[in-house]
Amino acid sequence: MSGKTKTLRVRKTTVNALINYAMVIVVFAATQILIGQGAISNTIQSMLVPVCCYVVMAVSLNLTVGILGELSLGHAGFMSLGAFSGIIAATLLQDAVPAAPLRLAIAMVVGGVFGGVGGVIIGLPVLRLRGDYLAIVTLAFGEIIKNVIQVLYIGLDENGLHFATKEANLALSETGKAILKGPMGATGVAKLASFTAGFLLILITLFVVQNLVDSRAGRAILSLRDNRIAAESVGISVTKYKLMAFVISAVLAGAAGALYGLNYSSTVASKFDFNTSILVLVYVVLGGLGSIRGSIIAAAVLTLLPELLRNGAINDYRMLIYAIILILVMLVTNNPTLRGGVDMAVKRIRGIGKKEQTEGGAQ
Amino acid sequence: MSKQYPKPKLVPVPSTNIIPERDIDKSPILECRHLGIDFGGLTAVSDFNMAIGRTEIAGLIGPNGAGKTTDFNLLPKVYQPPRGTIMLDGRDTHSMTTAQVSRAGIARTFQNIRLFSRLSVEDNVKIGLHNQAAYPMWSGIFRLPSYWKKERMAHNLALELLSIFDMQDLADHQAGSLPYGAQRRLEIVRALATGPSLLLLDEPAAGMNPSETAELMDNIVKIRDTFQIAIMLIEHDMNLVMGICEGICVLNFGKIIAKGTAEEIQANPAVIEAYLGKKEG
Repeated sequence: MSGKTKTLRVRKTTVNALINYAMVIVVFAATQILIGQGAISNTIQSMLVPVCCYVVMAVSLNLTVGILGELSLGHAGFMSLGAFSGIIAATLLQDAVPAAPLRLAIAMVVGGVFGGVGGVIIGLPVLRLRGDYLAIVTLAFGEIIKNVIQVLYIGLDENGLHFATKEANLALSETGKAILKGPMGATGVAKLASFTAGFLLILITLFVVQNLVDSRAGRAILSLRDNRIAAESVGISVTKYKLMAFVISAVLAGAAGALYGLNYSSTVASKFDFNTSILVLVYVVLGGLGSIRGSIIAAAVLTLLPELLRNGAINDYRMLIYAIILILVMLVTNNPTLRGGVDMAVKRIRGIGKKEQTEGGAQ
Repeated sequence: MSKQYPKPKLVPVPSTNIIPERDIDKSPILECRHLGIDFGGLTAVSDFNMAIGRTEIAGLIGPNGAGKTTDFNLLPKVYQPPRGTIMLDGRDTHSMTTAQVSRAGIARTFQNIRLFSRLSVEDNVKIGLHNQAAYPMWSGIFRLPSYWKKERMAHNLALELLSIFDMQDLADHQAGSLPYGAQRRLEIVRALATGPSLLLLDEPAAGMNPSETAELMDNIVKIRDTFQIAIMLIEHDMNLVMGICEGICVLNFGKIIAKGTAEEIQANPAVIEAYLGKKEG
């Protein structure tokens, strides 16, 4: 009897992961159908790729903030690294790889690699710090990445890539083209990004993050969040697992950045500033620290909300409504009475389900 | 009510400590020489010498503030000892980190419970099994065969270890929601999961009632017998210490003031003075 229940037991984490995949797939399919029927306006359609990017950003930041438990305020920096390295990779491969989806995939991989390298370089010194200090230093690193890209000029001609800190020093040949022009950013980018690519990136992100958390390495990361001293005492290497979570988070942010960069014909480095980091952090906090599903929903809803409010009479008040919704969500999720009520309701529903199960089992 | 545990014969080891006769042929699992640490101007532990036999249950007692917990923090390198050496199984632990010492064989529990309270009981034990059921990160992400094999192994081992304290039915509970006594027992299980050769228990009976303490005494002896490991414990419950500890070390003001068997310690005037004060006149 007990053996039977053991084999039948489906783990809660597995169920949660499957619900997340199903949710993303259903929303994607529904959106595609609605687009086919022309029920979605052009402005919203143009928001779909950024929504995917922000969902990936939020889920990956949740790995650092919610699951590892370290506050990082420089997540947009990795997005920036990914965006510009992805744009450069896509431009370089324009002739070599004619198929746009393949070029986009390669650009996203390159973006991920650059994000990851940035994660290692920043993570090694930064992860020795804790709490507020870590937050301050990640903030600084995010700004450093932005400022470095703002003074960087990168050009391409038949001799290869040229790097300079002034446009005049690029020394391009006549057929050469400047890809990145300092504060002007990257211009004339071929728009490769598509909603399907964003959807696939979300699925990959979910696959990586959810499988990681539900494995030996994930438990080690969770144990560092819950009690670092106890984790060390059972033989878990603090630096290794902190860095692992931080770098995986940076890789995913880099890939999201590449997708984001290739969605617009021009991208400037100042887009990925402190405000963007905070915006993504807001999604993570409102979705619930450590809750993957919360991050997905919060990122999708809050990215679309300002646009959805942009019609008719409420247009003038849309930022006001946005702010009120943010405050309400915060109040509701932190109110013990309301949360208790929700928990009770959930328990009651689960209790009904359980009763039915046991009755079924008795027969 | 109190159960009699067999009393071993103890033999002295030069300059360090006494260890049970059955362990004398083997080198001690832990040997501390001239261990010491200061905090600011305060000498918390000074000239701490002791050896623990391979299967010994050793006790570390002393009045509050004697340096017992400091000593327990020195052994797994929570504090890097500025003076003295710690030899674990003949290896100097000087250059090791806490995590490395744990892998080398010292496991511990904490005076104020430190569980992964938001995780399940089973996950707590599985984290203890971290280095026993090891597989690489990508194997976990891509669900390679080693993931399934080692996860199954970890699951079975975790339930087996929990069954020592009859806690296998609590596996799915959140660790932080367990009653106090169960949390203490879970900490011991998690420490055992690391596969130690020396288990350090910091006040394992704190907050337990007499019947729970009696059960704990049986379990400590059972753990030693099943796993054939050395156990060193700090405890204020004298019934427990005198009942199961083979060699006892008494600390006061950071210094060892007595070593010996329970009988010797109970008769030692320095120990009586440390606990009760000097006789008048």
